[in-house]
Amino acid sequence: MFDDFQEIFSTLRKNKLRTFLTGFSMAWGIFMLIVLLGAGNGIRNGILFNFADMATNFVKLWPGRTAQPYEGLQAGRRVKLDSTERPFLEEQFNQVYNVSPLISRRGPNFYHGDDYAPGVLQGVLPGYQNVEAVEIRAGNGRFINEADIQQARKVIVLHSRTAGLLFKDKNPLGAYINYDKVMYKVVGVYHDSNMSQNPNSCIPLTTAQLIYNPENGYSQVAMLLDGLETKAQNESFETDIRAALGRKHRFDKEDRSAVYLYNVAREFLQFKGIFNGITLFVWIIGLGTLIAGVVGISNIMLITVKERTKEFGIRKAIGATPGTILRLVMTECLMITAFFGYIGMLAGIGVTELLNHVMGPAQAPTSQEDLVLFTNPTVEPYIILTATLVLIIAGLLAGYLPARRAVQVKPIEALRYE
Amino acid sequence: MIRLEDINKTYYNGAALHVLKGLNLDIEDGEFVAIMGASGSGKSTLLNIVGILDDYDTGSYYLNGKLIRELSEKDAAVYRNKLIGFVFQSFNLISFKTALENVALPLYYMGVRRGKRNRIAMEYLEKMGLAEWADHLPSALSGGQKQRVAIARALVTNPQVILADEPTGALDSQTSIEVMELLQQVNREGMTIVMVTHDPEMASMSQKIIKIRDGIIGSIEHQ
Repeated sequence: MFDDFQEIFSTLRKNKLRTFLTGFSMAWGIFMLIVLLGAGNGIRNGILFNFADMATNFVKLWPGRTAQPYEGLQAGRRVKLDSTERPFLEEQFNQVYNVSPLISRRGPNFYHGDDYAPGVLQGVLPGYQNVEAVEIRAGNGRFINEADIQQARKVIVLHSRTAGLLFKDKNPLGAYINYDKVMYKVVGVYHDSNMSQNPNSCIPLTTAQLIYNPENGYSQVAMLLDGLETKAQNESFETDIRAALGRKHRFDKEDRSAVYLYNVAREFLQFKGIFNGITLFVWIIGLGTLIAGVVGISNIMLITVKERTKEFGIRKAIGATPGTILRLVMTECLMITAFFGYIGMLAGIGVTELLNHVMGPAQAPTSQEDLVLFTNPTVEPYIILTATLVLIIAGLLAGYLPARRAVQVKPIEALRYE
Repeated sequence: MIRLEDINKTYYNGAALHVLKGLNLDIEDGEFVAIMGASGSGKSTLLNIVGILDDYDTGSYYLNGKLIRELSEKDAAVYRNKLIGFVFQSFNLISFKTALENVALPLYYMGVRRGKRNRIAMEYLEKMGLAEWADHLPSALSGGQKQRVAIARALVTNPQVILADEPTGALDSQTSIEVMELLQQVNREGMTIVMVTHDPEMASMSQKIIKIRDGIIGSIEHQ
C-alpha cells in the first residue's frame, strides 16, 4: 500500500503544474461550499438569536365571540375563560403544563409624582416568566411570587422602559406608583426584548381580578407544551384543544372566532422550514460548485490519460494488470481531490472563523432596527465530516472515467505511437 | 520453449487482412533467433502474439509448456511480467522516471518490496555499465544508454524469453553493434532471445535467422 502511494506520489511530484491546476478547481469548490454553508448558518443563527430568550413552545388563547349558533345557543355569545381552564386543560392534555392566565388592562397611564408613562397593566401568575421572556437582572428586585397571589398584594413589577420614564436614574424599588387611582408598590423591574410601544407591567393575577375584573374572566390564557415536534402534531393539537374548549364552553369546534389561538411553535417550525430551505439551497449551490470542480478534474485527468497513453502501454507491457492501472489513476485522482479539497476546506473554515471573530458575539438587540441578522457564520464539525466524505466520493467519481480510459489502452497501439 | 502450431491471425480493418496463415515455429531454450521479413509479412504480428500482447484466431501457442490462449487481460499481464522481457525500437522508457526507477518498475508489478527492487535493479544497471547513470532521466541518456536501460528492464524479472522489436532501429551503426554484443552476452548467459529486425547485419549476429514470407515461415538459416 505504501509502495503504491510512493509510486503515485512520484508521478504527481513530477507533474507539479498539472497537479496544481487539477487540484485548484477542487480546492475552490470545497472552499465555496464551506463559506456558503457558513453564511447560511450565519443567517440562521442570527435569526434564531432573536428567538433565543423566548419560549418556542407556547400556545396563547384569547376569548372571542361565537360566530355560529350552537346547540340552540345564538351566535355572537361571548366566551369566557376563567379559573376552571387551568385544571381542565392540564387534565385533558398531558402535553400542557404551566398554564398561565392573564388579565390585561390598557388605557390609564402609570404615574409617579408628575411623571407618567403609558403602558399595559397585566395580572399574571409567577409562571408567566416561563412563557414570556422576562429577565430580572441582579439588583432589580423580584417577579410576582406565590405570596403575592395568595394575599392579592398591590405590588407591581415594572418594565424597564416604564421604570426609566417614571424614575429616571432613581431606584424604583420600594416606591409607589399610581395606576387608575390605585397605589402599587414596585417590587421589581424586568427587561425583555419587547420593543413595542406599550410595555407591560405586571401585578398579581388575583389583585387584577379583585380590582378590575371580577366577572369577565381572563384576557388571555398561555400555556407551555411538551412533545409537539412536527407541524402535523401541532395542527392536531390545535384541533383537539378547540374541540375540548368547544365541549366545555358549548361552541362549534370549527368556530374559529369563539377562541383565538396563537401557536408560536408552528411559527417557529415555519421559520425552521425557511432555514432548511436556505440550507438546502446553499447545499445545492455548493454541490454545484463542487461538481464543476469534479468535472474539471475529470476533464484534466482525461487529457492526462491521453497524454500518458504510451506510459500506460509500457506499464501494461511490462506487467501492469488492468486493476493496477485503474487503481493508479483513481488513487491519483483521489489524492489530488483529497489534498486540495482539504486545503480548500481549511481555507473555508479559516474565512468563516475569521468572520466570526471580527464580528464578535451577537449583542442583545437594543431597538427594533437592531435585529440580529447574521451571527456565528461557522460550520458544525459534522459538516466537515460530510465534506470529507463528499471529497472522497468526488475523487472517485472524477477518477473513474479517466481510469477506465487508461485501462482500455492497448499496449501494441500505445507502443507503436511515436 | 516457444512452440507455435498452425497459427492464423486475421485483422479486420475494413477489409479482412489474413496476416499469419498457419504458421509453425519452434524456438528452443537458450536460442538467439532473428526474425526477418518484408514490411507486412507478419513478423510484428508474430512478435505480438509471442509477447502475449495480441491474441490469435486458430492454432496453439505454448510458452514454456503452457498453452497461451484467450487469457484474461489480468492473466496476460501476469505472464508478460513473469515470462517475457520486452526491448523496443523506441526504447519505451517512462520519461519522468529515472533509469533506476524504469528498471525497477516490472518488479513493482511483481510485488517486490521497494528496497529489494531497487537493489536488484541496481545490479542489472551495473551489469549494463550504467551504474553511474542510475539517477538520470531518460532524456539525459544517449540512444545506446537508453536501450541498455531497456535491456536491463527486460532482464530484471529474470524472464524465460527476451523479445526485441528492432532493438537497433533507432541507433547508429557503432551503437547498434554494441547493443547486439550486449544481447549476445545475455544470450550466452542462457537467455532465450527472439529479435525482429530488417537489418541483415544485425540478424547475422544471431544464431538462427527465420524469414517470414507471406504469413508463413519462408526459410530458416542456422549461422
